[in-house]
Amino acid sequence: MKALRNYLDKIKPNFEEGGKLSMFRSVFEGVETFLFVPGSTSKSGVHIHDSVDSKRVMTIVVISLIPALLFGMYNTGYQHNLAIGAHPSFWMTCLYGFLAVLPKIIVSYVVGLGIEFTVAQIKKEEIQEGFLVSGMLIPMIVPIDTPLWMIAVATAFAVIFAKEVFGGTGYNVFNVALVTRAFLFFAYPAAMSGDQVFVRTESAFGLGAGTVVDGFSGATPLGQVAIAGKELIGSFHPVDVLGQQVGTWDLFVGLIPGSIAETSVIAILLGAVILLFTGVASWKTMLSVFVGGAFMTGVFNLIGSTVVMTVSPLDHLFLGGFAFGAVFMATDPVTSARTETGKYIYGFLIGAMAIIIRALNPGYPEGMMLAILLMNVFAPLIDYYVVESNISHRLKRAVK
Amino acid sequence: MGLLSSKSKEILLGPLSKNNPVIVQMLGICSALAVTSKLEPSIVMGISVTAVVAFANVIISLLRNTIPNRIRIIVQLVVVAALVTIVSEVLKAFAYDVNKQLSVFVGLIITNCILMGRLEAFALGNGPWAAFLDGIGNGVGYAVILVIIGFFRELLGSGTLLGLRVVPQAFYDFGYVNNGLIILPPMALIVVAVIIWVHRSRNKTLQEN
Repeated sequence: MKALRNYLDKIKPNFEEGGKLSMFRSVFEGVETFLFVPGSTSKSGVHIHDSVDSKRVMTIVVISLIPALLFGMYNTGYQHNLAIGAHPSFWMTCLYGFLAVLPKIIVSYVVGLGIEFTVAQIKKEEIQEGFLVSGMLIPMIVPIDTPLWMIAVATAFAVIFAKEVFGGTGYNVFNVALVTRAFLFFAYPAAMSGDQVFVRTESAFGLGAGTVVDGFSGATPLGQVAIAGKELIGSFHPVDVLGQQVGTWDLFVGLIPGSIAETSVIAILLGAVILLFTGVASWKTMLSVFVGGAFMTGVFNLIGSTVVMTVSPLDHLFLGGFAFGAVFMATDPVTSARTETGKYIYGFLIGAMAIIIRALNPGYPEGMMLAILLMNVFAPLIDYYVVESNISHRLKRAVK
Repeated sequence: MGLLSSKSKEILLGPLSKNNPVIVQMLGICSALAVTSKLEPSIVMGISVTAVVAFANVIISLLRNTIPNRIRIIVQLVVVAALVTIVSEVLKAFAYDVNKQLSVFVGLIITNCILMGRLEAFALGNGPWAAFLDGIGNGVGYAVILVIIGFFRELLGSGTLLGLRVVPQAFYDFGYVNNGLIILPPMALIVVAVIIWVHRSRNKTLQEN
């Protein structure tokens, strides 16, 4: 560490105003503050000083994403093996998944950070670190077979139009990773839904590939529910890629087709524990999303006129991206409600809205993405009314 | 150009950029979103609005001293409605397909804010020649923006221009896919936003603090 510090100090003059590499000043600053806690402090206003700054917070979020990401990689390989009927070793399965997912992560980071660095350099600002998390989230919430250039286009769109035009990290109205996904979803629907994209049957860098086994179907459990869901049939059970029924426990463990990191509730809960233990995410938002989802499913169970409505609350919370959205997307500190009461309302409405979209919308199987984006818009309004009601309460007390 | 005095030139060319009805005054946004998913209807719509606004301006300008102030809006509407009906009939006769694509939006030219704005703000206080130039200027200013939006939306959304394929088949073979989102109205709004962005960054006088 010491040597690294010395080296940075040695090359620092080059990057300062007038130095020969001053055009890369913001890049240098970004790297330096990423590696070491900066010595400078805020100059105006009242601040609580402690050792956590936004780069550390972002790092914790990235760490909490790792279980889901690793599981997603393994699952990619696992589904691939099922599809082609191969039985390689555990490590080969992991390697296949790693090679299949890695390009997506690289593309997302290169495009997003490239834009951030360029903007920071043009505006002569420090590099902001918000994309560390977004860049990790983007590859985790897309299907494995989404082409890389689509991810690049969508990432560029989201970083520019959902973030930079609003003023950069901390000012965005919408969750950047979800805007990326929404862009992909509406611009290239064929690459984002259906039963062709969630299980990779081709090779990754020459590894894997083979003939698809008989009876293979790449549809996700949620997709099957949605297809069966609009008419009433006696009893319906989603199946895995080989036609075996999947139960609640399988949905919980997550060895099912789906977007890369959304399938395993166990891995996501592990991330949730890290987030809650370090205090980065709010348990109020997280809990109330699940409560809202369970409540709405309960209501639909009572109506029970279609298959989607009869799916049990637990299954609904484990299906698709519900858990992932609740833990990592709804709790985004920038786009969620900030008042403590507001967090309950915000989370509850996300959960309820996601299930409403799933159950009543004929077009899209999944409702979590649109529910969170919709509530992103309303978060400031919720905050406003929570603050207003608090003011009027206290006024009443004071006047009396 | 000795043909036009400098004042006339200002009237004609101002609305093309510094005083553009769509991207500076924010008028006529609705139709700019609705008809621009292809280039051809955008062009036809631009021409139609230009014709209507130019002749409505001339007629109102000629009548301006005889219109009682209290019923001027009704008179303006009658004139505009008559012109829009003529345009609509002409389109039906000579460009039936485009007319079908434009559907109600030809009729809705009547409610286009640009028309009312120019009639109220300009034609009621100026002579017919100036009013004609003003109408042409504003109509073309509107048409230019529509064509730009239509160009990008058709190119990126359908891979064609005026119905002709411009994105080569090799691209599609390689895995390129048309962008379905840009066909939807929200992206028209974002294209407008980008045009405004570029325009303002080139015109310092238009930048607000």
